[in-house]
Amino acid sequence: MKRHDLIIVGAGPSGLSAAVEAAKRGLDVVVFDENEKPGGQLFKQIHKFFGSKEHRAKIRGFVIGQQLLDEADKVGVKVVLNATVIGLYQDKEVVVKIGEEIKHYKADAVVIATGAAENMVTFPGWTLPGVIGAGAAQTMMNLHGVLPGKKVLMLGSGNVGLVVSFQLLQCGCEVVALVDAAPRVGGYGVHAAKVARTGVPFYLSHTIVKAEGDECVSGVTIAEVDDKFQFIPGTEKHFEVDTICLAVGLSPMSQLLKMAGAKMEDNPKRGGQVPICDEYGRTSIPGVFVAGDVSGIEEASSAMIEGRMAGVVAAEYLGYIETEAMDTELVDLEKALDGLRQGMFAPKNRGKAIEKTEEGIDISANLLKKGYVADDEIERYPGVTHKKGVHPVIECTQNIPCNPCQDACPKKCISIGSNITSLPIVVEDSDCINCGMCVASCSGQAIFLVDEDCGDGTATVTLPYEFLPLPEAGTKGIALGRSGQEVCKAEVVSVKTAKAFDKTHLLTMRVPKEYAMTARFFKAEK
Amino acid sequence: MAERIAEHPILGVQEKGNLVKFTFDGMEIEGYEGEPIAAALKAADVMVHRYTQKEHKPRGIFCAIGRCTDCVMIVDGVPNVRTCITPLKAGMVVKTQYGVSEKPFEEQ
Repeated sequence: MKRHDLIIVGAGPSGLSAAVEAAKRGLDVVVFDENEKPGGQLFKQIHKFFGSKEHRAKIRGFVIGQQLLDEADKVGVKVVLNATVIGLYQDKEVVVKIGEEIKHYKADAVVIATGAAENMVTFPGWTLPGVIGAGAAQTMMNLHGVLPGKKVLMLGSGNVGLVVSFQLLQCGCEVVALVDAAPRVGGYGVHAAKVARTGVPFYLSHTIVKAEGDECVSGVTIAEVDDKFQFIPGTEKHFEVDTICLAVGLSPMSQLLKMAGAKMEDNPKRGGQVPICDEYGRTSIPGVFVAGDVSGIEEASSAMIEGRMAGVVAAEYLGYIETEAMDTELVDLEKALDGLRQGMFAPKNRGKAIEKTEEGIDISANLLKKGYVADDEIERYPGVTHKKGVHPVIECTQNIPCNPCQDACPKKCISIGSNITSLPIVVEDSDCINCGMCVASCSGQAIFLVDEDCGDGTATVTLPYEFLPLPEAGTKGIALGRSGQEVCKAEVVSVKTAKAFDKTHLLTMRVPKEYAMTARFFKAEK
Repeated sequence: MAERIAEHPILGVQEKGNLVKFTFDGMEIEGYEGEPIAAALKAADVMVHRYTQKEHKPRGIFCAIGRCTDCVMIVDGVPNVRTCITPLKAGMVVKTQYGVSEKPFEEQ
């Protein structure tokens, strides 16, 4: 039986982060992962992350994954792949299935970082080929380069459903509808808005009646539900689709902890069966720690910090660092984690209907119901201002922990201040130089550069564009509004591409000036 | 219905390695060596991987990460192989699975 100081189960964001912190302090660390490649779900995340600089905001998930792997490699972390941990027993005996062999290991400390599994929901036809998890769609398109389908209906309006819908659009699929039984969009408004403006209709308070097809999915019927989630007869809507994508939440994969005898609890706020643990991941079993989604569903940025905490705490548990040194480290990590757990979507606010922003502004009701801020609601947000010449219009309307925009502007036109969740404001008398850095740096794709009156009856709108093919200057087409409805004719003035924009192209279109504040997406004429 | 993504706006053109031949129910199909069998089948429009034991209902890819076992097939004579996490090799013989064994329903 082989011994290690620390065995980590799961080479995702939290497990690798824990491994890095522990190995840095001299521990002999091995990480087991059942997959063929390390990184967990990070390599399927192609959007820019939220947060601040310390959380690696505005860097795309798969790039963060690569950075983490490099970091782990540098400090000598050993990752064993295709290795499924099938047992965690007394005295930290870890049983691993590697290939066709069962091997036994022993550790002085263990970090469980197994993450979460997707939930599913049943309806007639749900087992048909073509009904897939949102994670499956991400795996197919972002890892294997295969289209999950051509015409897709997405069930679930949490961040996973929203982000995966956008990713489907990016690889050329048609998303016919985004459906959720809840009465309100569950994920970030900015994620919803960037999907809605491309023309995807949102059906809140709707769910799937049945999937149709003999050998595989050929269509789907949805219907409205009442406040007790019962179908309302006569509200059925039918779509021809080849794929139905389910994004209905995640559950912690905490079975190993239960097996090891850790004290567990059923905690809906954390996503299900989770080990009882302190804020640094110490479970009821001395020397067994947890990090990431296994101890409560959040997202990758917080999982990485939790992982670092678990690595530091494990190092102290085994005597590799002094308690004082650990405490100093934990203060910084706690601060970083606390920064991410702020705002409307913070774990403590889960399930609460928030009606006003921290600034006291009414939340857009339309955004929660339809996925976009209505034209008559947008003016009340502090990032939406008017002036002569090109200026930023920041359609950021919910308090989320994110601030890359204020650092992006070389002219300091945008300010969020020290409170990371504050809505960004346009600094008065600031001088926009039309560089576009704010547009490209906004992870929510919510910033536009607008010249409301070019003097010839037209206006220009610069928007973030992450689709192919890239239209050329002079391309004629249609401007879509926030709702995805056609608002007017438009012509592409320029498409700017720069390394600093990191694949977010800046598309500038010319529209009649009366549409300067409503035209928000460009669709080329077919 | 399905196809490969030629160029992705964020990920660019994916390097996929060698194109190899394998068979699906006797039909010759091409896929990239090392990609999951299920990815190659999906790109070739194969949706049904197996039929269930009791009700003979079709099943295909569901989770794509080796968890749900919906996508199992007979690979080189071995039944219940999770095609979504099994790398494709040249010359593999992949067959639709009926029930839980490598035999057709009538022989079970």
